[in-house]
Amino acid sequence: MFSQFMINAWEASTIVAVVAGVVGFFTVLRGSSFAAHALPNGAFAGAAGASLIGVNTILGLGVFSLFGAIGIASLGRRARHDVATALAIVVMLGLGSLFLSMTTEYAPEIFSLLFGEVLGVSSSELLPTAAIGAICIVAIIFLYRPLLLSSVMPDVAESRGIKGHRMELAFLLVVALVTTMAVPVVGTLLIFSLLISPAAAARSFTNTPLTAMGLSVVIALVTVWSAIALSYTSNLPIGFFVGAIGAVTYAISRGWAARRHGRRTSPVTRHRGSAVHALVEASD
Amino acid sequence: MIRASIGSAIIEPGFFSSSPVQVALIVGSVAAFVSGVVGVFTVVRGQSFAGHSLADTGTAGGSAAFLLGVSPLYGFIVMNLIVAGVMELIGIRRPRGRDVATGIVLGAALGLAALFLYFDTTSTSTTGATINVLFGSIFTLPSSMVPVIVVLSALAIGVTLFLYRPLILSSLSSDLAAARGVSLRLVGIGFLVALALAVSLSAITIGAILSTALLIGPAATALRLTKRTGAAVVTAAVIGVGATWLGVLLAYDSYYWTPSHRGWPVSFFVVTVVFVFYLVVDFAAGHHATARRSVSRGAL
Repeated sequence: MFSQFMINAWEASTIVAVVAGVVGFFTVLRGSSFAAHALPNGAFAGAAGASLIGVNTILGLGVFSLFGAIGIASLGRRARHDVATALAIVVMLGLGSLFLSMTTEYAPEIFSLLFGEVLGVSSSELLPTAAIGAICIVAIIFLYRPLLLSSVMPDVAESRGIKGHRMELAFLLVVALVTTMAVPVVGTLLIFSLLISPAAAARSFTNTPLTAMGLSVVIALVTVWSAIALSYTSNLPIGFFVGAIGAVTYAISRGWAARRHGRRTSPVTRHRGSAVHALVEASD
Repeated sequence: MIRASIGSAIIEPGFFSSSPVQVALIVGSVAAFVSGVVGVFTVVRGQSFAGHSLADTGTAGGSAAFLLGVSPLYGFIVMNLIVAGVMELIGIRRPRGRDVATGIVLGAALGLAALFLYFDTTSTSTTGATINVLFGSIFTLPSSMVPVIVVLSALAIGVTLFLYRPLILSSLSSDLAAARGVSLRLVGIGFLVALALAVSLSAITIGAILSTALLIGPAATALRLTKRTGAAVVTAAVIGVGATWLGVLLAYDSYYWTPSHRGWPVSFFVVTVVFVFYLVVDFAAGHHATARRSVSRGAL
């Protein structure tokens, strides 16, 4: 389980889990799950296009997720956000079906890009993964305060000169970077699960932003490590374990929160005394 | 095999006289019609993510059905009814809570899909199963499925029409609806059942991509054109069916565009038609749309 090729898998998934835990905190806080699903899935079409014209997969993923992020942000200024996201993902996937129809050699790679082939990560893939991951973390550090304010209290943020649509674009660009980094190594399904479940579970346990972010990273790491171990020993796809562990973690966190707070089970209405909660409440 | 199942990469001459294509056109129109009707409420209620997710979660059921040797349609429907129930069960009414609930359910269902597809590919040693389930199989539908699809479509539309008034009321103002004695939970579950049926049908017949495109695109366009829900429902259905026919036609024509005669997929054309039409209407509606949106947002 810890032989040379497995070391790559452990390292790549650790990098992805740390970044996903951090970015996932804002994904859940902002209610951007759909975008976190749409960008990796849509960018998958970019990988198909890249393979068609014979350039690096990462380039195709990067270009598509970049345009996807800009597309969602600009369509979202004139329409509901979920509608903008839905339109963006179908346009990207429509192009993907065009690219796929033009190539016949791509079929086996579809499964790996969609569901992850973390056990087949090569050493040469580690460097770009780590580099882009570091950029994501630095971006979140720079954006932290305005993004937090804009996420929980958009009106107050606007009055302080933080434009909501600029924060939205900035955040989506970070998600686009996460996509570019993660899809080649863990696939679209895995990165989506890692962006949502750990952060959603973490928010049930705590309302302090930094604690929630740290907890989210820890849960993401535990999820992905146990998924690799289980996948290695059982020979079943890693995506299944990540999805299942994510759902179970979330269920446990909700159960724990429900027990602690008696009858009030909704994670949004639960924390009456909390400052962040008051902010979220006000912004909804 | 890949090309054919992705949806029509190659369309032979004699397109309109061939019986699989006639089946595909009928089924495509039915799916587009149902999607348009249900889509208006999906957009108004802010459930586009759920609508799109159901197209993906169905693949878990579809691939499980493939393993068991039953029609993927039934796998899609059973899986999606379960998914819709779980979404409503853990989803809370606030948009952000719903967003996370949908995300968790989608992640778990895609995990199951990965597992079943893995079994599919190892038991039959073909990647065709993956692509068939993911991208739909409009031109490989047996004509015996048409009555089933029509009946289930009628069911989805029936549920929507039955819930029509409480749906509009609860979509626009949940407080007002509750005050008038509308059970928000029942309406929510009822609508999710209609959505699950509609999306299962369209995802299995025309593919997950087109399912979302036809659910959201025509409805969002129609809601730009008219404020009235009834008119929007009719407009969305017309736009959806029109886009499907135009897309199929363009795909047919595209056979002659390239020297290799490979043709381009229907899903690409339908998505393009839907999106371009949305952009044109959005641009034309301009200021009206902005004003109207702020009003409806206030109401929500």
